[in-house]
Amino acid sequence: MNIVVLMKLVPDLVEELNIDPSGTALDMSWLRLIINEFDDHASEEAILLKERGGGQVTAVAPEYEGVDEVLFTAAARGADRLIKITGDFVAANNHALARASAAVIKELQPDLVLTGVQANNDLDGPVGPALAECLGMPYVGYVSGVTVNDGKVTARKEYPGGLIAEMEVKLPVVLGIQAAEQPPRYVAVSKVRMVMKTATIEVRAAEALDPSGGPAVGRMFQPEAAAHAEMITGSPGEVADRLVSIFKEVGVL
Amino acid sequence: MTTIAPAEQSIYDKILEATPTGERLRLCLQCGNCSGICPFGYLMAYPPHRLIAYLRADRFKNVLDTDTVWMCVSCYACTEVCPSDIPLTPGLMTSTKEELLLAGNVPTELQRALEFSQRYGNPLGESPRKRADWAKDIQPEVKIMGKVRQPVDVLWFVGDYPSYHPRVQSIAKALTKVLNALGVDFGILGPEEYSDGDSQRLAGERGLFEMLAERNGLAFSKYKFNEIITTDPHAYNAFKNEYPRLGISYPIKHYTEFLAERLDQLKPLLKKEVKARVTYHDPCYLGRANEIFDQPRALLAAIPGVELVEMYHNNQTSLCCGGGGGGMWLDGFQWEKAHVRLSEWRIKEAINAGAEILAVACPYETPRFEDAAKTVEGAGELRVRDIAELLAEAMGD
Amino acid sequence: MSQDIFVVVEHLRGQVADISYVMLAAARELSKGIGGHVVAVLLGHKAEGLAGSLAADQVFYLDHPALTEFTSDAYQKALAGLIGEKQPRVVLLGSTTIGSDIAGGLSIQLGLPLASSCRNFSADGKFVSQICGGKIMAEGDLPSPTALVTMVPGGYKPEAGQSAQAPALTKLEVAGLDALRVSLAKYIEPEAGDVDISKEPLLIAVGRGIQQQDNIQLAEDLAQAMGGVVCGSRPVIDQGWLATSRLVGKSGKHVKPKVYLALGISGAPEHAEAITDSDTIIAINTDPKAPIFEIAKYGTEMDLFDLIDPLIEKVKAAKG
Repeated sequence: MNIVVLMKLVPDLVEELNIDPSGTALDMSWLRLIINEFDDHASEEAILLKERGGGQVTAVAPEYEGVDEVLFTAAARGADRLIKITGDFVAANNHALARASAAVIKELQPDLVLTGVQANNDLDGPVGPALAECLGMPYVGYVSGVTVNDGKVTARKEYPGGLIAEMEVKLPVVLGIQAAEQPPRYVAVSKVRMVMKTATIEVRAAEALDPSGGPAVGRMFQPEAAAHAEMITGSPGEVADRLVSIFKEVGVL
Repeated sequence: MTTIAPAEQSIYDKILEATPTGERLRLCLQCGNCSGICPFGYLMAYPPHRLIAYLRADRFKNVLDTDTVWMCVSCYACTEVCPSDIPLTPGLMTSTKEELLLAGNVPTELQRALEFSQRYGNPLGESPRKRADWAKDIQPEVKIMGKVRQPVDVLWFVGDYPSYHPRVQSIAKALTKVLNALGVDFGILGPEEYSDGDSQRLAGERGLFEMLAERNGLAFSKYKFNEIITTDPHAYNAFKNEYPRLGISYPIKHYTEFLAERLDQLKPLLKKEVKARVTYHDPCYLGRANEIFDQPRALLAAIPGVELVEMYHNNQTSLCCGGGGGGMWLDGFQWEKAHVRLSEWRIKEAINAGAEILAVACPYETPRFEDAAKTVEGAGELRVRDIAELLAEAMGD
Repeated sequence: MSQDIFVVVEHLRGQVADISYVMLAAARELSKGIGGHVVAVLLGHKAEGLAGSLAADQVFYLDHPALTEFTSDAYQKALAGLIGEKQPRVVLLGSTTIGSDIAGGLSIQLGLPLASSCRNFSADGKFVSQICGGKIMAEGDLPSPTALVTMVPGGYKPEAGQSAQAPALTKLEVAGLDALRVSLAKYIEPEAGDVDISKEPLLIAVGRGIQQQDNIQLAEDLAQAMGGVVCGSRPVIDQGWLATSRLVGKSGKHVKPKVYLALGISGAPEHAEAITDSDTIIAINTDPKAPIFEIAKYGTEMDLFDLIDPLIEKVKAAKG
């Protein structure tokens, strides 16, 4: 089975986020970029499928600061090929990413394309559905379990309330991963460092990035801390007393 | 050392080479002292001596399928009692954990701490830019080397928990007060300081340790200072015993050593009485691992009103708080297996010794013992204080 | 080209999802700003009955066996045909497991712009979206010619999108739904026999701050003392400490209790959006900057482990 994983890097929310001088975008100079958590799950799921059913995993990522380490980590987990797409991705939206990635992924002729179901900086929808359309493949998102049988995939799609829908799809298909079947495995630093010496990252240059389809942002801002909670202080006994009186006020006690 | 790819070496050889005296592994008598004294030995499928037996029998693969090695808190109790002087903790246990890590067998909690250490330079997942925020409002201003760019006498390596953990930041502030009172010319690295990496190393992440060491080494090399002091015995251990092998070598003291040297100057400043029975918990990495037992006690004895009492296990036999070797990030995992915490045992000992204050000298200990005191009967009134905090208290305002 | 605002109604096994009503309410407000009719788009099979409560000026009902339950391929194809033909000004879809699966594909297929994670529209018809865990808001003009917008809950009350009077319904033929690549094999229910937290009036929620499985008992004790039910945020369910049916969040249940007592929950948007309809949220979290304090009515920075036992005592005493 030929599996491709598309990963991207997103702003790390541990750091403070600032708006750039234009007032319409994030100040990227101040940001730390980390792998999109859901793409990490997609990468893990791809390796699990390879371990179960054999095949090859190709990890693809656009050029962001820190992308090499992300790709090498995928290799350390078990990815067979690493491809970095170069281009000015810093300000690119998902439509641009989808088009650029589709051009590269098409050549790989994958049976299965996995990517995270969403990312924290998606403003023009997640990349998966757009990528699928560019590749002419169907898309199923919010997937937390994958079984491959005979040219078909059974994807377990999550609905609210713990309900699961089993969707059957003929290969090839793009799946938006919500959670891998086990948490992304740890990769020791020494293993990544070893891989850095032996693995190579193939480079593909993207043609001019086409962001059409994304919305124009007139203003980006940080929300005012809306009406803040009334804070209760004191000793545990005093706080507990206040809570009990609130419970009584609202009628649950 | 020859650079044979690890995959081609037998694990036995790997472990022999991991530590300077690793060869002593060959002298194991299978006496079982180590497994007997290990606080969690009774829970391990492969306690230390059995690990060696399986290594020798070339059946180490069996160990990789189990997870009880993660009960080891790297407390050095086994190393202390081994009649053959085998470096069990830094050699055997650390290397075994490394093998488990490489095999992907690592509890999730620990995984997070290791990933955070890689990404943010601290296991708590806090922003590196905020590492000196604890010192923001202190007067006189704490010198951050990158800002003041002048030589200092002493570089104070603060450490992860004193920098970020709300409870432990009080200790950093207390030590600042004491250093200022003594007129010490000191500076901190602030955002250029990375985790010392020692606990991560003992949890099996050698590569991460080296990466962190490189970064700290780079920071050290940028500035001029005469010696490094640290709040953290784990950092002390790393700088004294591990960093030199990586080419990073500076005079290093734990803050209790540093202050004890200045006791004549310090004593007159301790004007306020702290009337209490105080027992001192020897941290594993100050005591057993590095033989510093007297200086912390000397500092406590210098505080007016303090009556020093010893717990049943003290000095070399001190009972670990459970935070070492990754234990700090394995609380849930170890609780599920043991349903008892080492820190709770220690609290009970403190109560039995009649102590009103449990004095500590390692940043892991204050939060661990305070948490444990909440669940141990009779520990309601027991106060946990770092020595720095007691000294600051005794200095008055 | 019309000025109409389409709302793609989401339904699951015979029930209209709340997000549909939220979007209808949004569409109504938006139409005040930019004009146009609110048109509910209902896809299904023998599902006319679902249109009864929709607050819309009219309903386009696309009927086809392949649309009985949602599958991405069939829904996208059907909508592509409709949007291509009617060319509305705006199409609202849910930022959900249904809407998000097809919005991007529609955007590329039809060459129409897409703005996602929209929480509300400004009075002058701009979309206002939230990203980066709710820390950043992005506002912009509705792109032309047809703006596809996926919406998250929280900006409008579902009640405002409900109507007692069934709107006018037009049934439309759907063509081109052959050679579908995605089919629904079956639904798998969550553990049966468990409570439905979305109907409970008193919820005690635990988050990462509960730290380990054994501590859940504390929440259970409190729940029992108060007559409430324990639920949790994603990290707790992922660990297997609570059943999936107890998950509160974007991929779990939306709840609207009288009281939502959040223990050690930070309040990330995926969780926050599922609890904003609660009457009173009380948050217990040692981090003063936790986002949950922005949506909670009352809060305390006290450590939940210090508070729980005294609270259980006082509750028992109050009950007499």
